[in-house]
This record gives sequence, structure tokens and C-alpha cells, in this order.
Amino acid sequence: MSVKFLRALVLPPLAMLLGGCSMVLLNPAGDVALQQRNLMIASVILMLLIIVPVLIAIGVIAWRYRASNKRAEYDEDWDHSTQLELMVWAGPLLIIIALGAMTWIGTHQLDPYRPLSRIAHDHPLPAGVRPLQVEVVSLDWKWLFFYPQYGIATVNQLAAPVDVPIDFKLTSATMMNSFFIPDLAGQIYTMPGMQTVLHAVINKPGNFKGFSANYSGHGFTDMRFRFLGLNEQGFQQWVAKVKAAGGNLDRQAYDTLSRPSRAEPVHYYARYSPDLYQRILNRCVDPGQMCMSQMMAIDARGGHPMRQGSAHGAVSGGELAPAPARAHSTATH
Amino acid sequence: MPDRSAFWNFLLGRLSLKDIPYDNMILVWTFVLVAALGIAVVAAVTYHRKWGYLWREWFTSVDHKRLGIMYVVLATVMLLRGFADAIMMRSQQAIAFGSNMGYLPPHHYDQIFTAHGAIMIFFVAMAYIVGLMNFAMPLQIGARDVAFPFLNNLSFWMTVSGVVLFMASLFIGDFSHAGWLGYPPVSELRQSPGPGVDYYIWGLQLAGVGTLLTGINFVVTIVKMRAPGMTLMKMPMFSWTTLCTSGLIVVTFPVLTATLFLLSLDRYLGMHFFTNGFGGNVMMYINLIWVWGHPEVYILILPLFGVYSEIVATFSGKRLFGYSSMVYATVSIMILSYLVWLHHFFTMGSGADVNSFFALTTMMISIPTGVKIFNWLFTMYRGRVRFDVPMLWTMGFLFTFTIGGMTGVMLSVAPADFLLHNSLFLVAHFHNVIIGGVVFGVFAAINYWFPKAFGFRLDPFWGKVSFWFWQVGFWVAFGPLYVLGLMGVTRRLSHFTDPSLQIWFIIAAFGAFLILLGILAFVIQVYVSIRRRDTLVAGGDPWNGRTLEWSTSSPPPPYNFAFTPRVGERDAWTDMKRHGYQRPQDGFHPIHMPGNTGAGVILAGLGLVCGFALVWYIWWLAAASLVALIAVAIGHSFNYHRHYHIPAEDVSRMEQAYSRQLAEQGSAS
Repeated sequence: MSVKFLRALVLPPLAMLLGGCSMVLLNPAGDVALQQRNLMIASVILMLLIIVPVLIAIGVIAWRYRASNKRAEYDEDWDHSTQLELMVWAGPLLIIIALGAMTWIGTHQLDPYRPLSRIAHDHPLPAGVRPLQVEVVSLDWKWLFFYPQYGIATVNQLAAPVDVPIDFKLTSATMMNSFFIPDLAGQIYTMPGMQTVLHAVINKPGNFKGFSANYSGHGFTDMRFRFLGLNEQGFQQWVAKVKAAGGNLDRQAYDTLSRPSRAEPVHYYARYSPDLYQRILNRCVDPGQMCMSQMMAIDARGGHPMRQGSAHGAVSGGELAPAPARAHSTATH
Repeated sequence: MPDRSAFWNFLLGRLSLKDIPYDNMILVWTFVLVAALGIAVVAAVTYHRKWGYLWREWFTSVDHKRLGIMYVVLATVMLLRGFADAIMMRSQQAIAFGSNMGYLPPHHYDQIFTAHGAIMIFFVAMAYIVGLMNFAMPLQIGARDVAFPFLNNLSFWMTVSGVVLFMASLFIGDFSHAGWLGYPPVSELRQSPGPGVDYYIWGLQLAGVGTLLTGINFVVTIVKMRAPGMTLMKMPMFSWTTLCTSGLIVVTFPVLTATLFLLSLDRYLGMHFFTNGFGGNVMMYINLIWVWGHPEVYILILPLFGVYSEIVATFSGKRLFGYSSMVYATVSIMILSYLVWLHHFFTMGSGADVNSFFALTTMMISIPTGVKIFNWLFTMYRGRVRFDVPMLWTMGFLFTFTIGGMTGVMLSVAPADFLLHNSLFLVAHFHNVIIGGVVFGVFAAINYWFPKAFGFRLDPFWGKVSFWFWQVGFWVAFGPLYVLGLMGVTRRLSHFTDPSLQIWFIIAAFGAFLILLGILAFVIQVYVSIRRRDTLVAGGDPWNGRTLEWSTSSPPPPYNFAFTPRVGERDAWTDMKRHGYQRPQDGFHPIHMPGNTGAGVILAGLGLVCGFALVWYIWWLAAASLVALIAVAIGHSFNYHRHYHIPAEDVSRMEQAYSRQLAEQGSAS
């Protein structure tokens, strides 16, 4: 069977398959995901510089020095060449130095904790832009989104205006999940009692997939939501729609909502208890529980209870200390 | 605890008839099949009156060669179990679209992917490499056995105990659904109150004892028992990689043991190491488990790098190119493998400096790995390459593993990993390196050393059939997973809504079916070879080997070497052959040998009972078996009849038999 025939047999169906699918990671709609994609492609190109010649050389050398080819040179004791050995160490080293430099810069530029410095490749951050704040909670097994600037909350549906930076703060009620909208930006873990941060922007309007990328129990498969990229007017209409739907996410409503459920439909809440996100983060939604932030404050003072306020029982929203900025900082207390 | 009298709760813990899953048809039929197979094997052994033979010659054996063979048999049996899980996952994902929920509900599917991962790593890959190292390393360094032959037997049976506990979870209770590494909070008592995670913990703890003892055993063997003249830099590459892997085992397996122990304290005594509240933190578990987990993948791959080095040199009829580079590369991989664990969770929010550090250390590992690929390439250069089955697997490895290495470096670019983490791209990557590196290497090694172990070769035709089904099947099964990963599909999902993905899962399932044919071809290969063993007779040195194991008869005598070989050159056996090595014909001495003992079977059996009792909260039985275990261990230490001498006449007879065989071969050819 000739190579050409094989190619004719394999390539068209492959092209058809690949053409029919949308490789979202290679063609995302958000600038952060796009920069991450660029790094991914650059790293592949850099590596192919060395891998393609190696793969070809393996085939050529194995064939040329096959046992039946008696014309090929044979030297049983040839096992060392300083030049060649220098080359085999230096070649990969150079590639890795280049890739490492790229990665170091990219990792810092695309750190999810770093506020965005641009909206898109040719679109710097406008002065005085007010990012959209979203607080994300992963529940068993659904997603809860708070919009503190608008006083609204939603379940399993997230919306954001196009070309406006989004500041996500994320936590989890019980399980560890991973918040992932492939079109928008790379994923970030959500963990109970801890807060992670993600900065991103959506550049094209559309209705995108979002889900948990980290296994979190039996309902995990259905832990999906939709992410709507809307123009400014569309976003305002969406906010109005959520407000018009009524509903108040207070503690009782949250208790019901947070019970494990699968394939939860979309919910809209026109209002929510303002300290609810902080209480989920600090694991004190139940009025009987001490907030972690308060416990850590007591620990930081050497274990003495606060002078004011009660060390047991409910804590009012005003006494909540600011949540730790990085996930790992809670662990150090 | 079940609702019944206190006496029954005391006697049976939380175990009750409700824990037998007789309402699950898949498990019932699995049980029927396993039971039928088990009865058939037991009946056959009984009919042929082989129990005494098996007990005396194999189960109680402390001979490293026999233990190596038993490890490989165990690993092959578990490969069938782990692969059955794989086929179930692939078929579920191929059909579970839209309104079709597939045939596996999530709580069953989740157990299957957990079991698949844990079994394939701990009881297939680990058992294979420990078996290969056991069989070949002492022969390569010219030793009579390992340093601690009894511990070697105990290690094997502890591994078997872990296997039995894992298998028992199929039919009594259920298995963990927390993923192969048992991340909390899923693995904590609140989310997993059943016995599944406890089966996982105690199965791994039992087997972990065996693995740790093996690591210590091999390090001491290599450091203390090399033949005179064999300096470290004259040691065969496979023995070098065995040394590095054993060093990694000794340093990292205690971390796994401690981590699982802390998790069991959370689950049994209500402590809070990894819980959500009371100061517990899941991030600690995830760091600890990967401090073991990343070196673990190098524990798996390094011995196979050694296998490829031996095979490329042997089948190119040439010295290994760049031996010192190979050694330095192996050692740097060993050291770097401790410094990369965080790349398994770049997305946990550790910050850019930490992520960059671990991204760079990860990339650095590709330098020594690249050096190895080049050195194998230059070993073939100016060689006479024979494409026998072991070399075919090696060629398959070179192509497949190089691609897997590339996707691995892609994943190490931290910003790209934010996109690819937890995706099917990642799943495709690690199967790319574990199948392309470890599994291909295991089949290469089995085909390479089988004639040494049994005196006849494996049938090359079925070996080639197996190779091509595996090679093609691998790409058909995992190529689509790379594509799906780029389409933003993540792992461990039991159901899909987007119909455009289905075709890829169907292709992947077809690939898994091809791999199944590859596995069946391997089983047929072994069967056919046993039937035709008279036509496949190998002699001591069927491949024109270069290292000391080929200087002995096949199979080697129990004492390996009648006289300890003296080593002058790196490829010791090639060197001996060149200088017209003459086998000694007389002057044999009695040989001092370690004696067989049943203590390993008994200790591991008690360990198994203890583990099972702990899983089901049967406290009296756990305490009793633990006390018995300690008593037997102390009792065994007073056993002074643990060695014997092979009389000089017997040695002489065995050596002369092999000399005659060589003479016949010499006159025949």
C-alpha cells in the first residue's frame, strides 16, 4: 500500500471530522483564553523544531542500519562522540531555555490573580473602566453567581457585557470544583473556605458552555451552566429580566438551594442577603457557626476572644474580616 | 451500623447481607464469571495434584526469578481487570448522549474510573516493573539472589493482599468513587460514608508495605551484591534504572503511606487533616499525594527506559551509545522528579512565581529524556538492527513516547495548562506516555526475557499481531481524546449533551476494541508458545545478549551462577564471549542458599484479614489479626532453619547439563 493511497484514504474523512467540530481551545472568544492558546501553539512549534527531525531520523536510521542491509557501515564498539553528546544535551537545552523564558513571562502576564491590562490584542484597557464583579459559589451540583454591583443572583446562568473586564471571586460550599468556561479563560479551582480569583474578558457576543472541570461527586456530570456574552444594552436588559423575576435569596432560600441536586434549572433572584457570599466563604451561613475569618482573627491574637461581639453565636455582616486574597493564605493561619 | 442486635454488630461490624450487590446484574455476572474461572483453576490444580508443588516451589519460594514471574502473572491478571473497566468506560461514553443515559449510573461509573486508575497504576504497572526488576536485576549484576530473599516473598504476598482487597470490593460493598488519588472532600467520611474509600486505603496500605520493602531490598542488593569488578559505571543500564527507581520508591512511598494514614485518621477517628472545617485543608492532601504521585510516574517509566537501553543495544549488535550520558540523564530525571509535583494543580491559585518555578522544573525533565531518545537513536546508528518482537515494541515506543513527551511539555506551560487541565487532552497525554512508555516497554521486556525465564521463545507471529493491534489501537483510542480535549471536553463525565462529540467517542471505543484484540493476541501468543515450546527452544543466549543474565542457562539454575563472575568491561557477557570464555567443568563447591518459607503467605494473609476487618469496622477481628501478625513476625525471626546448601554434585550435574546443551547447539548450527 503506497503512502499516497493511505493519505487519500485517511485524510479526507479526518478533515471532514475536524472541520465538523469546533475546537474551542484553538478558537476562543475571550482574550485571556486566546493568549493562553497562543502560548500553547508557540510551544508546539518550538518543540516540533526538534521533534520532527528526531522522528524522521528514527525511521531513517532504523531502516538504513537494518540487519539485512550489509552495505551499511557496522561498528560494534562505536559508543561515544563528544561532539554528538554535546549536541544531544545542548539541543533540548536551548529549546527549553526559549520555552522556559516564554513560560515565565506568560505565567506572570496571564496569572489569573492579575487584573487585566488590555481588552484585546489591539484594544488597551480604557481609562476609568469599571470591571464587572461576580462572586461565584460552586454548590452540589450547580453554580451560584452573585452580582454585588446589581444586587442580583443567578443559578446556572452567567452573563457579562462584551469587552468589559470581569473580576471573579470564587469559592465552594462543600466540594472542590473547577470553574471553566473554555471560550472565556483557563479554569480555576473553587475550594470550600478559600477564595480564588480570576480576571477575564469576553470579546464576542454569544452563548457559551461553562461547567465544572474537576470531579466532585455523583452529580458532577450535570454541573453545567451557560455563559452569555451580551452587548451593553443586552446586558442591562438581562439584569432587568433577573430583577423582574423577583425572588429573594435569603438564608432559608439558600439552605434549600444548597441541598444536593442534579441538572438544576436556571434560577433568578432579584435580591440576596448582602453578606451571603462572605458567609459561605467563611463557612458560617448557619447562625450558630463562628466565621472562619473571625476564628482566624482570634487565633492571630493568640487565642483571646474579641473584646466586642460574641465569640460564639451569630456574627453580624459588619464584623466579617475581609476574605483572604489567595487560596493558600488561609492555609498558613 | 445496620439495624440489628448489639451482638451481631459486634461480630460483623457494619457488614450485612445488604452489602452484597445481588441487584446489580453487571456485578452478578462478573461474579459468576470470576467464580467459574476460580473454580476451574482450583479444580484443575486439584485434579493434577499440583497444590503441593505450587506451595513448595512457588508460593513459599524466595527465589527472585520465581517471584519476578509471579509478579508478572499477577500484573497480567490485573491488566485484564483494569482493561475491563476501560472497555466499560469507553462504551458508556460512546452511547450516553442526550436522552440516552447509557448503562452505567454515575455512582457505578465513578467507581469504575477510580478502580481503573488505581488498579492500572498500583497492580498492573507497578507489579510489572517490580516483576521485571526482580527477575533480571540480580542476574545482570551477577548475584545469587536479592539481599533479603524472605522480604522479597513477603513483598509479593502483601501486594497480593492489596489486590484481593480491591477485588473483594466488587462483590462485598462497593469501591471508592473518589478518583484514583482519592482527593478529599470526596473521599472524606461525610461525602463517602460507605466502605469504598476504606477498601481503597487499606488495599493501598497493604500493597504499599510490599513496594517499600522491595525498594529497600533492591537498593541494598545493587549497592552490596554486585559481582567483583562491576563498578557502578560498569553496571548494565537496566540495573542503573532499577537503582534509581528503587531510590525513588524508598523516598516517596512513605509519603503515600503517611498521607493515606492521615486520611484514615480523618475517616476513623474524626480528625480534621483534610476536612473542610476545623482547620482541615484539602490543599494539604493534594500537595502530599502528588509529592508521592509525581515521582511515582518516574518510578514506573525509569525501569522501562532501562529495558529499552538493553534492547536497543542488543538488537543493534552494538554497545549502548553515550553510556555515561544515559546514567547522568537517569539520575537527573530521578532528582528532578521530586521537584515538579505542583504542575498537577497549577489551577489551585498558587500564584505566578510558584507556578513558573514548577513549570520550569517540569520542562527541564524533558532535557535528559530527550538525551535518552538521541542516545537510543545513535545506538542504532552504525549498528545491525534486527527487528525481532522486542525491538518492534521499542520502535513503537520511540515514536509514540516522543509525541507523548511533546504533549507533556505543552501541559507544563502553565498558562496553557489552565486550558488543558482536567481535559481529555490530559487523559490522552498520560495514556500516551504510560501506554507508549510503560506498557510497550513491559511487552518488549516480556518478549526479551521470556526465553531466559522458561527456556523457549515467545511465538513471534502472535507477538507481531499483538504489537500492531496495540500500536494502531492506541492511536485510534487516544487520538480522538486529544481532539476532544481541544474541543473543551473534560474528564470523568458519564453523560453528554452535545451530539457533535459522539462520533469521537465512538472512534475511541473502537480503538479500545483494537487494544482488546492486542491483549487477546498476547494471551494467544503465550498459549501458542507453550504448545509449541519444542520448536521455540532458546538456549542460554538467544538474542546474542550483552549482559550477564545471558551467560546462564535458560531457565537459570536456582543459584544463578556456579562461580561468581568477574567483570572487566561494561557489556560483561559480550566481553567474556570475545575473550573465548570457557565454562568451568569441575571444581564446584556446595552453594549456600536461602530456604523457602511460608511466613510471607501467612503474614500477608493476616494483613488481608486485618484490612478487611478495618474496612467493615469488625474491631475484634482487626485487633486479633494484628496481634497474630506481630506474633508470627516475631516467631518467624526465631526460625533458624532458613537456609540450605546445594551439594557440589548437584551443582556439577546442572552445570554439565547446560554445557552439553551448548555443545549440542554448537554442533547443530
